[in-house]
Amino acid sequence: MRDRFLIILTASLGLAAMPAAAQEKLTVYTYESFTASWGPGPVVEKAFEAECGCDLEFVAVADGVALLNRLKLEGSGTQADIVLGLDTNLTYEARETGLFAPHGISLERVSVPGGWDDDMFVPFDYGYFAFVYDTEAIATPPASLKELVEGDPEEKIVIQDPRTSTPGLGLLLWVKAVYGDDAQAAWEKLGQRVLTVTPGWSEAYGLFTSGEAGMVLSYTTSPAYHEIAEDSQRYKAASFEEGHYLQVEVAGATLKGTENPLTAQFLEFMTGPGFQDAIPETNWMFPAGETSAPLNPVFDTLVEPSKTLAFTPEEVAQNRQRWIDEWLAVMSR
Amino acid sequence: MTRDRRILAGISALTAIAVLIGGAFAGLAWEAFSDWSGALSAFNAYLLRIVRFTLWQAVLSTVLSVVPAMLVARALARHPAFPGRGLVLRLFALPLALPAIVAALGVLALLGRAGLFADVLTAATGARWQGIYGLSGILVAHVFFNLPLATRLFLQALETIPADQWRLAAQLGIGARTGFRLIEWPVLRAALPGIAGLVFMLCVTSFTIVLTLGGGPRATTLEVAIYQALRFDFDPARAVTLTALQIVLTAAVVAVLIRLGANMTGDANLPVARRRPVVAGKFEQVANGALILAALLFVAGPLAATVIAGLRADLARLAADPAVHAATMTSLLLALIAALLSVALSLALTMARRAVELRRSSSASPSLLERMLDTGAGFVLVVPPIVVGAGWFILLRQSGNVFAVAPIMVITVNAVMAMPFAIRAIRPAYDAASVRHERLCASLGISGVNRFRLVDWPSIRRPMLMALAFAMALSLGDLGVIALFGSDSVQTLPYLLLARMGSYRTEDAAGLALFLGVLCLLLMMLVDNARRRR
Amino acid sequence: MSGAAVRLDDVTFSYGETSMAFDLAVGTGSIVAVMGPSGSGKSTLLNLVAGFETPASGRVLIGDLDATTMSPARRPVSMIFQENNLFAHVDVANNVSLGRSPSLRLSPKDREDVAAALARTGLTGKERRLPAELSGGERQRVALSRVLVRDRPVLLLDEPFASLGPALRREMLELVRELHAERGMTILMVTHHPDDAEALADQVAFVDEGRIAAFSAVEEMFSASAPAAFRAYIGT
Repeated sequence: MRDRFLIILTASLGLAAMPAAAQEKLTVYTYESFTASWGPGPVVEKAFEAECGCDLEFVAVADGVALLNRLKLEGSGTQADIVLGLDTNLTYEARETGLFAPHGISLERVSVPGGWDDDMFVPFDYGYFAFVYDTEAIATPPASLKELVEGDPEEKIVIQDPRTSTPGLGLLLWVKAVYGDDAQAAWEKLGQRVLTVTPGWSEAYGLFTSGEAGMVLSYTTSPAYHEIAEDSQRYKAASFEEGHYLQVEVAGATLKGTENPLTAQFLEFMTGPGFQDAIPETNWMFPAGETSAPLNPVFDTLVEPSKTLAFTPEEVAQNRQRWIDEWLAVMSR
Repeated sequence: MTRDRRILAGISALTAIAVLIGGAFAGLAWEAFSDWSGALSAFNAYLLRIVRFTLWQAVLSTVLSVVPAMLVARALARHPAFPGRGLVLRLFALPLALPAIVAALGVLALLGRAGLFADVLTAATGARWQGIYGLSGILVAHVFFNLPLATRLFLQALETIPADQWRLAAQLGIGARTGFRLIEWPVLRAALPGIAGLVFMLCVTSFTIVLTLGGGPRATTLEVAIYQALRFDFDPARAVTLTALQIVLTAAVVAVLIRLGANMTGDANLPVARRRPVVAGKFEQVANGALILAALLFVAGPLAATVIAGLRADLARLAADPAVHAATMTSLLLALIAALLSVALSLALTMARRAVELRRSSSASPSLLERMLDTGAGFVLVVPPIVVGAGWFILLRQSGNVFAVAPIMVITVNAVMAMPFAIRAIRPAYDAASVRHERLCASLGISGVNRFRLVDWPSIRRPMLMALAFAMALSLGDLGVIALFGSDSVQTLPYLLLARMGSYRTEDAAGLALFLGVLCLLLMMLVDNARRRR
Repeated sequence: MSGAAVRLDDVTFSYGETSMAFDLAVGTGSIVAVMGPSGSGKSTLLNLVAGFETPASGRVLIGDLDATTMSPARRPVSMIFQENNLFAHVDVANNVSLGRSPSLRLSPKDREDVAAALARTGLTGKERRLPAELSGGERQRVALSRVLVRDRPVLLLDEPFASLGPALRREMLELVRELHAERGMTILMVTHHPDDAEALADQVAFVDEGRIAAFSAVEEMFSASAPAAFRAYIGT
């Protein structure tokens, strides 16, 4: 009896609250680690809800690629006002879906290496791919991609598969950016150093921290996590003189989102301190907007690339399959 | 003969499965309708290479799992009461529940480049041990997963041998080798196609193990290509084509396996003797002991590594973490419902298969329906969950928030994926009981629910509980179709594990793997107790 | 080979909550019908002689041998069960041959004996059949053939003809009697049928609640002077 009463009560309250809530609710699709209890999600949610007096709801999927797939699956029926967490290798395809709308906000607070002038996607953080090494296993890390490629085949590295992972694709583009048409020859040499190629970042990093290999493909910011969260200086990123490949993470408004005034407000908010302050030490990436205070000094000790490498989203979209096939041809031998 | 309701139940179950798979294909085909170019472009030299590798590693893994499993099962059957036997069997159910990456790390903790045996292996080979990457690594991990599974299934089959046969063998002084040939081999051979087929399908669809331990894209399975096609390229046409290819290839191999096997029609009578005398000679006892110990060490090694890694985690904090509580409840609930559904479907198929078999003369070869009811359902294993998930999401997306049905998706897919295991566990006992009671039931007019309750249930209760536990363990360890598309409403333990692993929290992940293993062990103990009490 | 005496010397045995104690001496070459209610311990008695069960105390003597802890195969005993006497995937000839050589390595003499045993039990021409292709009576004939080639001094029959029709059962009993006349083995036969006992046995051992309640000549057991419990059991 009592249970039924409760159900009716809840239902009627829900109905009563709905019209108002529907007006002031913003739905953001993002990836899992963003909304994790240790991720930026909870902080961002609190800050934005305080500012807008609305309800911010995150819907999380596994990662950036899953995010785009989910959007494709849902099509125009999507619930998302904003999709947050695509990277620049995915924006071309995302644009092709025809599901996104121009963001229409000012980008003056945005700063990413190489500048930004996209009309549809707004960056919220960025990072550089890097090889992270174990100082207890490796005394002198390679100083360039060339040194890595030509290093001792007995000293093993772990990388990710470009067919199934974002960093894997990042390395493929990195090598292509540095070696150009000689990329295949470089992979032939590098292949001898590869202990194994994992399907995703997690597996690779797991193998690395369990000591299987002295070096792993990750991000320049990885050491910051170990130093700040674990107070350990054991893992460092190797600085490569040819430069490092850039990954920029972006958010975009969907066509449905343009009908919600909160959408533009959130994108605006995203480029400011309420959002950006959370990024470095929860998402372990560099903020792409304004922060209220300088970053933790540990971030200043990280590798700072002498040169930023990046292909345009169009170049990536047009060449990805061909470059992966080249990679497969070499690595499958 | 009146229409047998069992056949109807089986056809319904088969239809449900067909709808699940067919629906997914329809959804993808719908999406692919506009652009079929992906289907054609799938066929190239690269595809030929991965097909070759897929089959080669699966065949090797199957042989290496199944042949030793027969010997270990035989050793276990010959010694029905040594101390610790129950624990061995329970341990053998654990690998099933472990996410592939946990098992891979467990294997590497021993045989990896920085593994426990790395120094020994360096000394033995004379060169710096570079870890068990490549085909050998894949095989070791596959055997770790499948040898215990196959052992348990073969043991089930061996336990259907009437005790009289053992007494007869004992009196005639038939030695181990002849006894094997006369008594055990016929039973094992009858069970072989089913078990080997199951292991083969599991190995064909291996993904994380193959990529992580394979050492590079040389080791690529069709499953990886399907995953890539759907997840990275979102090319439904190619995904459907590759899945169809995977099914056809598997069907071909399973057809060969069926030919290898023999149909078991013994003179089945009520086993009268209650106890089997063990008359193993000293040498055989030692050999059996060594065999069981070797298998135990092989399985327990990576498990122990998982436990040790897990103990390093901050278990107290994990135990107090509300996210862990929620995920545990979600996992247990989903796994339980999936397992119940799975066992119900399996039972329907098993009963229907038997009923269809009874209708044909013993010399006639099985009809298509009978074959479908038997091995047909197993093919769901080679349809990747990502294909089922994607297909259904496309079909349902017109109906509003399709992700609200995500839990139903997870349950159904898990239930269907666990079915081949459940059938293997239930069928031998059901068929044996049917041989004994079929005529009696017919003459007494006992059928339907009464028959199930009074006649079948007592004989299949134990295997049913085992099937339930197996299905639950399997569902517990499954990452879920949902992981690939995401849903807030379905956060399972393995999902949480991978999420922690994906954000530098390797120790948390190790702790969760330990937790998952303990959960599964408790489950097996619970089932064993329930079986004994009645 | 002729028979051997069978003695159960203060044998005790317990299974679950039931405990049994047997004290019995069967003379060389005699035929004993073991009778008694279901669950009284008849089969256990045979299993103790065959070696499928080991006594908790006491001794099992067969001829001059102390067989108490001997493995079933080494005991000078053959046994026929009610069912499952044959290996389902082995043809008739080989099922019989197993009585001579557990590894099926036969000398020409062995083969002759097998053929002779099959002829003696009327199975000539069915050597290559599988058990599933035989009738119930034929299957038990195969089991008897194997007893012949094994040629052990003691034969234990655990209701071997219980599932056969009356005519067939009489025929089988007759066959056993002839074989006994030829070989002179000691026979212990579990049965529920007074007819079987009267047709074949010299003596009846009445087993009740795990004890030998009576052990006398057939004529005596089927007379008015038989113990009341036995008369109640056979219903006279």
